Amino acid sequence: MQRLRAIFHLGVKELRSLRRDPVMIGLIVWAFSLAIYTAANGVPQDLRNASVAVVDQDRSQLSTRIRQALLPPQFKPPVLIDFDEIDAGMDSGRYTFVLVFPPRFEADVLAGNRPSLLLEIDATASMQAGIGRAYITRIVAQEIAGYLNIDGGAPPVDLTVRIDFNPNLESAWFTSVMTLIQNVTMLSIVLTGAAFIREREHGTIEHLLVMPLTPMQIMLAKVWASGLVILIAVAVSLWVVIERLLAVEVAGSVPLFLAGTALYLLFSTSLGIFLATLARSMPQFGLLFILVALPMNMLSGGNTPIESQPETLQTLMQAVPSAHYVAFAQAILYRGAGFEAVWPQFAATLGIAGLFFAFAAARFRRSIAAMG
Amino acid sequence: MTAPAVRLRRVGHRYGSVTALRDVDLELPAGGTVGIIGPDGVGKSTLLGLIAGARRIQRGRVEVLGGDLADDRHRRAVCPRIAYMPQGLGRNLYAELSVHENLAFFGRLFGLARAEREARIADLLAATGLDPYPDRRAGHLSGGMRQKLGLCCALIHDPDLLILDEPTTGVDPLSRRQFWELIDRMRAGRPGMTVLASTAYMDEAERFADLVAVHDGAVLATGTPAELRARTGTDSLEAAFIALLPEDQRGDAVPLVIPPRPEAHATPVIVARGLTRRFGDFTAVDHVEFEIERGEIFGFLGSNGCGKTTTMKMLTGLLPATEGEAFVLGRPVGNGGAGAGGLETRRRVGYMSQSFSLYGELTVAQNLDLHARLFGLDDRHREQRTAAEIEHFGLRDVLDKLPDELPLGVRQRLSLAVAVIHEPEILILDEPTSGVDPLARDRFWRLLAALSRERGVTIFVSTHFMNEAARCDRVALMHDGRVLACDTPEAIRRSAGADSLEDAFIARLLEASPEPAPAAPGPPAATGAADAVRSIDSGTSAWRRLYAYSLREALEVMRDPVRLAFSLLGTAFLMLVFGYGISYDIERLNYAVLDGDRSAESRTVLEGFRGSRYFVEQPPLADHADIDRRLMRGDLALAIEIPPGFGRDLQRGRIPEIGVWIDGSMPFRAETIRGYVQGLEVTYLDDLARRASGARLPVDVAEIQARFRYNQDFRSINAMAPSNLALLLVFIPAILTAVGVVREKEMGSITNLYVTPVTRLEFLLGKQLPYVAIAMVNFLVMVAIATLVFGVPVRGSFPTLVAGALIYVLATTGIGLLMSTFTRTQVAALFGTAILTAVPTVQFSGLLQPVSSLQGGAQVIGTLFPATYFMKISVGTFTKALGFVDLLPQFAALALFFPILLVAAVLLLRGQDR
Repeated sequence: MQRLRAIFHLGVKELRSLRRDPVMIGLIVWAFSLAIYTAANGVPQDLRNASVAVVDQDRSQLSTRIRQALLPPQFKPPVLIDFDEIDAGMDSGRYTFVLVFPPRFEADVLAGNRPSLLLEIDATASMQAGIGRAYITRIVAQEIAGYLNIDGGAPPVDLTVRIDFNPNLESAWFTSVMTLIQNVTMLSIVLTGAAFIREREHGTIEHLLVMPLTPMQIMLAKVWASGLVILIAVAVSLWVVIERLLAVEVAGSVPLFLAGTALYLLFSTSLGIFLATLARSMPQFGLLFILVALPMNMLSGGNTPIESQPETLQTLMQAVPSAHYVAFAQAILYRGAGFEAVWPQFAATLGIAGLFFAFAAARFRRSIAAMG
Repeated sequence: MTAPAVRLRRVGHRYGSVTALRDVDLELPAGGTVGIIGPDGVGKSTLLGLIAGARRIQRGRVEVLGGDLADDRHRRAVCPRIAYMPQGLGRNLYAELSVHENLAFFGRLFGLARAEREARIADLLAATGLDPYPDRRAGHLSGGMRQKLGLCCALIHDPDLLILDEPTTGVDPLSRRQFWELIDRMRAGRPGMTVLASTAYMDEAERFADLVAVHDGAVLATGTPAELRARTGTDSLEAAFIALLPEDQRGDAVPLVIPPRPEAHATPVIVARGLTRRFGDFTAVDHVEFEIERGEIFGFLGSNGCGKTTTMKMLTGLLPATEGEAFVLGRPVGNGGAGAGGLETRRRVGYMSQSFSLYGELTVAQNLDLHARLFGLDDRHREQRTAAEIEHFGLRDVLDKLPDELPLGVRQRLSLAVAVIHEPEILILDEPTSGVDPLARDRFWRLLAALSRERGVTIFVSTHFMNEAARCDRVALMHDGRVLACDTPEAIRRSAGADSLEDAFIARLLEASPEPAPAAPGPPAATGAADAVRSIDSGTSAWRRLYAYSLREALEVMRDPVRLAFSLLGTAFLMLVFGYGISYDIERLNYAVLDGDRSAESRTVLEGFRGSRYFVEQPPLADHADIDRRLMRGDLALAIEIPPGFGRDLQRGRIPEIGVWIDGSMPFRAETIRGYVQGLEVTYLDDLARRASGARLPVDVAEIQARFRYNQDFRSINAMAPSNLALLLVFIPAILTAVGVVREKEMGSITNLYVTPVTRLEFLLGKQLPYVAIAMVNFLVMVAIATLVFGVPVRGSFPTLVAGALIYVLATTGIGLLMSTFTRTQVAALFGTAILTAVPTVQFSGLLQPVSSLQGGAQVIGTLFPATYFMKISVGTFTKALGFVDLLPQFAALALFFPILLVAAVLLLRGQDR
């Protein structure tokens, strides 16, 4: 009982220390509010403001009509250029798409000669090239149909595409929650690791060790205190920033997500402790942090789909709880999955986190024994 | 009489709201020795820093060597004639560099050419007895040796004014004595040299010709030691100093007398037998033996780094012993320290470490309360104990203050209160009084005496002050990990036949020292070098100073395993991670079909999906609920439903419906899937139309030929690899450079920029060059990874790419330099630079969205950021097969960044401390 009480009081000490650390508090507030807000409104995942040039060798009503149909927000107003300007314009990255209308385009369409339109795409614009092509193709088809007055209901099959869970494909829904997840990883590592290193640099850790306390108690105190802070930050951020300010519709159960987050925090705070035992100083901790946290965030499926990775890497990532965290967060928050659907990820997170916690605790005990 | 070396007129200095010096007037003669005496924190260091030119003058006039130091021209002209050794052992030295490398570094800074430098180094090493260890790292030297090395570095250029800030604090008495003898010899060889030193040891002050007593930012008195004693009518300088203080600050008039122990012999409560601790091949504690009896005050006397702390840590169970055993209160310590027995013993021991180990973020009351709780005191007992200690240690007025706001003396009392809150039987105190002024030390010892004599607490205390050791019941003299003698102070003195404990200690040290003290070599050749040094402004000197910093930086990075690994492997590792992690290739999409028709027509529809490389078919869907469930679990990216009667309806022209559900949780992926599905639809309809050869469909009226330029097979890695290269070449080099410069600020070696002839430009460029080299190595490694691992070859001109990379890393390391002028700690430099480089690179430089798609502020930031231009050079040469001429505008823009950043950094970097 006294052991639990000591863990509690040590954890309260961590919270009091945090209260006096304006930089860390600032970092937490920023990471769970402004950072999420700007990320959601920052880099869009959909087609936005793509730059298009048009080489119009036809100058017909139809070519003009198509050109005028390339509208914001997907496209910037198209620029009319000459044929010999294409190369320079694309080499310099000024235009991502160049649509070339051949001479007599309209006439050929009317005559049923099936003319060819050339669409030059800068394929180095990875995010825009594929989607932009689909958009332009669709717009051209629609405009020609409209021009020829062909009835839209003509095709023999009606293909209805429904987008589930995020019908308007708003990228803010995706980026906001994924940024939240990534910041959970970053902040929980920094918070726990820095707390331990600071304690070591100030020599207060020695003081704890000459008291009737075990390293396990010291570590558990840091884990619960940092975990609690982040968990509260996540709850508030989800409720205020994501649901209210960004108006993201959360499909599933928030308590279930928070429960899963708590499991994940057991892992990430242990990781923070572990990295802190590897580093000799705060700057070394920072460099290690970059080398660990960045890849975890990049490869866990929160940026680009995990199935695009080579298979071996995908298998490897199954051993990293952040991949499971991203998976169940997407399932619960976007797709409304319940516990019966996400329990495998919960189990994996808990299992790996438990193992890693034991490993980090052993390492923590050894590193404390080696301090001198 | 010659002109004074130093003349101060109404000099004042403040740090924020704290006044360090107020209206100091002082005149110091040339060619003499002047000692500045006074406790810590009274302004001694500020005064010396101002005279050395390390600090910017705020108020008043400081004249040194015949000119005003506020005049930059004069400061630059005289700085080669001044040597400054800041406080803290070897604070201006570089721990990772060897003895010889440190000396060579300072030699280069003062423009000494190779032959001359080597001769000078050999002289100095011989004179200080350091010559057997030219290759030992400065960080591995003992305190005394480090201090000698500091002196060598200060003397390498033969200064006229030598400024030493507390050069002997924490050093063993033999090394201290040797140090002052060394200074005397140096002065003998160079009589014109003025020596100005500060000290907290009053016994040392006797050595100086003149003394300046400083207290609370003002000069109390000046004069020869004899004059000061005579003026105050005292027989020691310590007493003289206290007598000079204002009345209310003199403390207890009654001298401290510790009553004798009630019983001469009691049971031993701490026993060490053959206690040994090794760190690698270094033996910190070597077969130490002693017994401490109950109720005794046992002192541990020795220099910094002699093994006192390590021994104490072994006794508290903080460190396991390599050999030997120790017993505390009859129980073995060390193994099983975490067991219940060890925990039980800990409740009976109190410990106070060197750094006081208080929680700076908790108030005084919270600190006391926390410790009481952690020792498991129950509520009533806790309140009672806390109240008693607050009273006893005089902490009532500061309960709600943070420890950092308190004077050192009060903090020390709090620390003691915390250590005894659980009423331990044994108290282990590691240098509890270092850095505290004599009066506070006196008060502290009164508390210790009371604890020992009134409460019967056994006290084990370490110190490097002789007069404190003399107060103990018994003392152990410790040196180089061994106990040289252990007895009552009086017995030790008598057995050595010495007049004082200090002399006895020195006698023991001389006996024990395996290496003879340097046998008084002749004064080093003091002429010759001096004249050469004066010509610091020649061009070669500038390059030499720049090279000194480059070499130093390179050596240091190579010797820090974490920084080295990060700088060489970091980019390679992240290149792989980013290459695999950021991919816009949407493939291997899981889909499943709910085919309610199972006809030839429905199979035709599905053929398109089955033949596509983008889709992977999963077991068929059972019903609508199955669609929802599997999409929700994330098992499927899309689901397709073909209703019953599809084939029949199609043949009858009833326009049957095909349903497609796409998982929209990842918008980019969903958008791409929709594109794929519509593409397949077009193909399918086209196919249908052809077979029916009926009506023309709008999609078939014109054909769109899409040409993916630069990247025909449209693999995103072809674009991402060169983009990641640009990202990582800003991220990592900027961080490394920023940390490199700020490190000097944090370690204190930035002083070398303030007081040596090196200019800010030389300093910054010298620091930058190794990182430019590292970045270029990184660049080549990343190009190799792009080519060999990701199969993205350089299609355009490789020399153009290399040239672009070089100009780019000059700019990106320049960002690091600029950041380092703002930030003060390495952590701030690290995270600040990381955020400020990563965000604009990822969001505004064309990594994800082309810059041409950006608008407003985002586009402005993109335009003003070097990554934007190198991104185009990198992507251009890699995938667009462009050459130098095509990229000329990018080169022109990129080339502007480095000079602008460098000039900004030079202007913002302070040439002097505040």
